[in-house]
Amino acid sequence: MTATPTEMMTIAAARLLTNQDVCFVGIGAPSAACNLARLTHAPKITLIYESGTLSTRPSVLPLSIGDGELCDTALTTVAVPEMFRYWLQGGRITIGFLGGAQIDRFANLNTTVVGPYDAPKVRLPGGGGAPEIASSCGEIFITLKQSRRAMVDKIDFFTSFGHGEGGDHRARLGIATKGPTLMVTDLAVWRTDPVTHEFTVVLLHPGVTREMVQAECGWTVRFADEVGETPPPTELELTTLRDLNARTKAAHSGTNTGDAA
Amino acid sequence: MAEFVSLSQGIEAVLSDGCSVAMEGFTHLIPHAAGHETIRQGKRRLTLIRMTPDLIYDQLIGTGCAEKLIFSWGGNPGVGSLHRFRDAVENGWPHRLEIEEHSHAAMANAYEAGAANLPFAVFRGYKGVDLPSVNPQIRSVTCPYTGEVLATVPAIRPDAAIIHALKADREGNVLLEGIVGVQKEAVLAAKRSLVTVEEIVDDFGPRNANAVILPSWAVTTIAHVPGGAYPSYAHGYYKRANDFYIAWDKIARERETFLAWIKENVLEKGPDAFARHAQPQREAA
Repeated sequence: MTATPTEMMTIAAARLLTNQDVCFVGIGAPSAACNLARLTHAPKITLIYESGTLSTRPSVLPLSIGDGELCDTALTTVAVPEMFRYWLQGGRITIGFLGGAQIDRFANLNTTVVGPYDAPKVRLPGGGGAPEIASSCGEIFITLKQSRRAMVDKIDFFTSFGHGEGGDHRARLGIATKGPTLMVTDLAVWRTDPVTHEFTVVLLHPGVTREMVQAECGWTVRFADEVGETPPPTELELTTLRDLNARTKAAHSGTNTGDAA
Repeated sequence: MAEFVSLSQGIEAVLSDGCSVAMEGFTHLIPHAAGHETIRQGKRRLTLIRMTPDLIYDQLIGTGCAEKLIFSWGGNPGVGSLHRFRDAVENGWPHRLEIEEHSHAAMANAYEAGAANLPFAVFRGYKGVDLPSVNPQIRSVTCPYTGEVLATVPAIRPDAAIIHALKADREGNVLLEGIVGVQKEAVLAAKRSLVTVEEIVDDFGPRNANAVILPSWAVTTIAHVPGGAYPSYAHGYYKRANDFYIAWDKIARERETFLAWIKENVLEKGPDAFARHAQPQREAA
């Protein structure tokens, strides 16, 4: 079996997670990676969604962060103010898993607007939980599909703060958490440099070249001194992911064609 | 004590043109039937408050009910854009929409502050980000004990809160279970409230001592609207219609298809149209 680039991205992201992690999960690619980890090598991982569901174990991927499946399979469900105050701000989450529409080389994310805020070319959904997830979780993992539109030299709006201008910018703002440390794209695994905090490619997915990574990135890509190759997906990883996606698709499609009410 | 009313009486009682309203429900228990009744009554110049505007506010914005939106995440969860919200912000259709944008943490704290009768909320947030530069309501305070600079936002004190709940008893006490979001805080922060419910029961029966209950004397009006959260869901009654959330993307993308849908499914229908979505999937908890 050969994985598609998106499958490779999800599998490589899932491998970053362990049984010890308490993970605040964003919807979409992060949710797929976190649940794949739970269904393969990290069955004891704690997954938390901002709707208030603690330690949830969904059998299909939720379409929204508040699907009933998340509550049905959770250890407990708390009110949203408690989620943000006691659990997130309280410092009890080790990893926040985020995606975004635009990212720069220092892992700052934009999900608010393309173009000026007052006259946007594209009005995106906005930050939701992301601004405080990015500052309150122990560290941040990011997953997104590469394109020059997404990976830009300068983002249009700082929705959530990564490493700002790089270096010790987080510390200068009084943010005590590590911030973004890892990013998994459909082409590579990136780490932020411990000093400059610029993204650096450490692993290329099977069949991917440096030129392919640069072609889909809007800044000049830095590569680690020794760049390795992501181990190819195991049959268990790929089968589990495809089963999960098939269950999810079946669960979210129905006969309703739009005649609400 | 809460008064039992019809949905149309309830909307008339709690909403007037130009008022502020929080229709809350975090994915679960979104008061869609009440949103439709608001459109049918042609309310205007509303300030709409909601963490996740969702389809309900897409519909209210697209039909011209809203003057201002206070929110923290304006998308169709897992699907993409709210096209009517985008059309209002990007193109001023059907008219210009003023926005006041926050993060979830800020709004959750602001509802709590409102419920607690405090003037503002304080929390650790908004560090290094751009929202404070476009929203002058986001300010800061220095902790008198540690010297730490913390973010502040004004308490949310809506004129009205509208929520959907699972059950009311005959005395007008209201029960919520499952993902309970910020509904309790929204009702307690508001001057007046309307709660639509799946069913009215003689007695809640055996229940957890910590169940989320709004006492009758903390609620203004209650309307019995089975299925009233659809296409959102009511825990133990019916599931979230994820297929409809996906279908909404196409319906709302163009103004013409949106208006045709509103005419057919809102203007030419009444609250009873929601009842067919209320088929129980299992015994209610």
